[in-house]
Amino acid sequence: MGAQLRVYKRRIRSVSATKKITKAMEMIAAARIVKAQRAVAASTPYSSALTRAVAAVATGSNDKHPLTTEKKNPARAAVLLITSDRGLAGGYSANAIKAAERLTERLRSEGKEVVSYVVGRKGVAYYNFRGTAIADSWTGFTDSPTYADAKRVADPLIESVVAGSEEGGVDELHIVYTEFVSMMTQSPVGDRLLPLSLEKTAEAVEEAEAHDGKPMPLYEFEPSAEGVLDALLPRYVESRVYNALLQAAASEHAARRRAMKSATDNAEELIKSLTRLANAARQADITQEISEIVGGASALADATAGSDR
Amino acid sequence: MAELHVELVAADRKVWTGEATIVVARTVSGDVGIMPGHQPLLSVLEFGPVTIRTADGPVVALVHGGFISFADNKLSILAEIAELAEEIDVERAERELEVAKADADAQAELKAAARLRVATGTY
Repeated sequence: MGAQLRVYKRRIRSVSATKKITKAMEMIAAARIVKAQRAVAASTPYSSALTRAVAAVATGSNDKHPLTTEKKNPARAAVLLITSDRGLAGGYSANAIKAAERLTERLRSEGKEVVSYVVGRKGVAYYNFRGTAIADSWTGFTDSPTYADAKRVADPLIESVVAGSEEGGVDELHIVYTEFVSMMTQSPVGDRLLPLSLEKTAEAVEEAEAHDGKPMPLYEFEPSAEGVLDALLPRYVESRVYNALLQAAASEHAARRRAMKSATDNAEELIKSLTRLANAARQADITQEISEIVGGASALADATAGSDR
Repeated sequence: MAELHVELVAADRKVWTGEATIVVARTVSGDVGIMPGHQPLLSVLEFGPVTIRTADGPVVALVHGGFISFADNKLSILAEIAELAEEIDVERAERELEVAKADADAQAELKAAARLRVATGTY
């Protein structure tokens, strides 16, 4: 076998091995998207019921709560960025990080100090590499987050907002995550979570439910409207963070599936062209061998013909 | 008999839904019983059992905090964690109670005891 042919054969083998891996990752990711989507769907009844309850309190009372009060001069804002723990998901983490950077830039230009909170190893690595300070980070659960994980992330943030910037906390909480629009489309979004605008929540619920012109029922609050609000708001924020984590997980799997699909396609393409080259090299080897034999034979014939004379 | 629609949802799933004649739950200001036609109510739940009485017998669940809201003959029970009585592993609940007793952790002991009572139907 010719040296050239051997080199091609070796490359084809290595590319097919890579293709097998990317194909397997693609199928695993595809299976996990379905699971992640189901988790998003399963959390919807809780979050929509909670949103309704918050809207009910919002219309039923006009209490001031630290989580709903807009500060006059917000001095510090927290940005919670949700990225993935693992790579090989195309531009998934990079896009989320870019969106967070843009938001940070905008907040800075509004004269706010930005405190970064990060979920996922990729985001942590990005900030560490650039030497940017991170207030806190959480890793290890981005591909299938549980409610307890969401609580772990949300609780210190809520505390920080309740404290306010005068006591070392923050005045605003923004969250950047990748919204799962469809299997093909996932877009990074930046939302302001806190302070919560109760009017907006109430409007959103009314729009979603189309109350047929019926006003919200007049609730009786136990122990009191403030007491209910106190208990309700942190849960509401937790469920929003949980929803963001779940959507980010579904997006991560979808992005990984797409990235691995194009990697598999590229590997196929590469194998095809390498096979062509290997065939040409083999044919060239054969042609050369034939011409060597023919050449040798005719040289031999010439030599015998010469000696006869 | 008049019935009300009940939805028991935990943070990550829908636990139970159906029609009931009365629902008894433990709120921070004491136990409440809600029957069809109750005034709209929004209240904070404590750790404890929720009993949903239906035409085919009672459904008991343990909720770890949460909310109860009633309006338009629809009752939603929202809990971060909710377990139906038949989902609780009795042996595990017993072990947890013993651990809590050994650690002299009064709060954990109360919780474990409540869990066991719900699981065995002797609350």
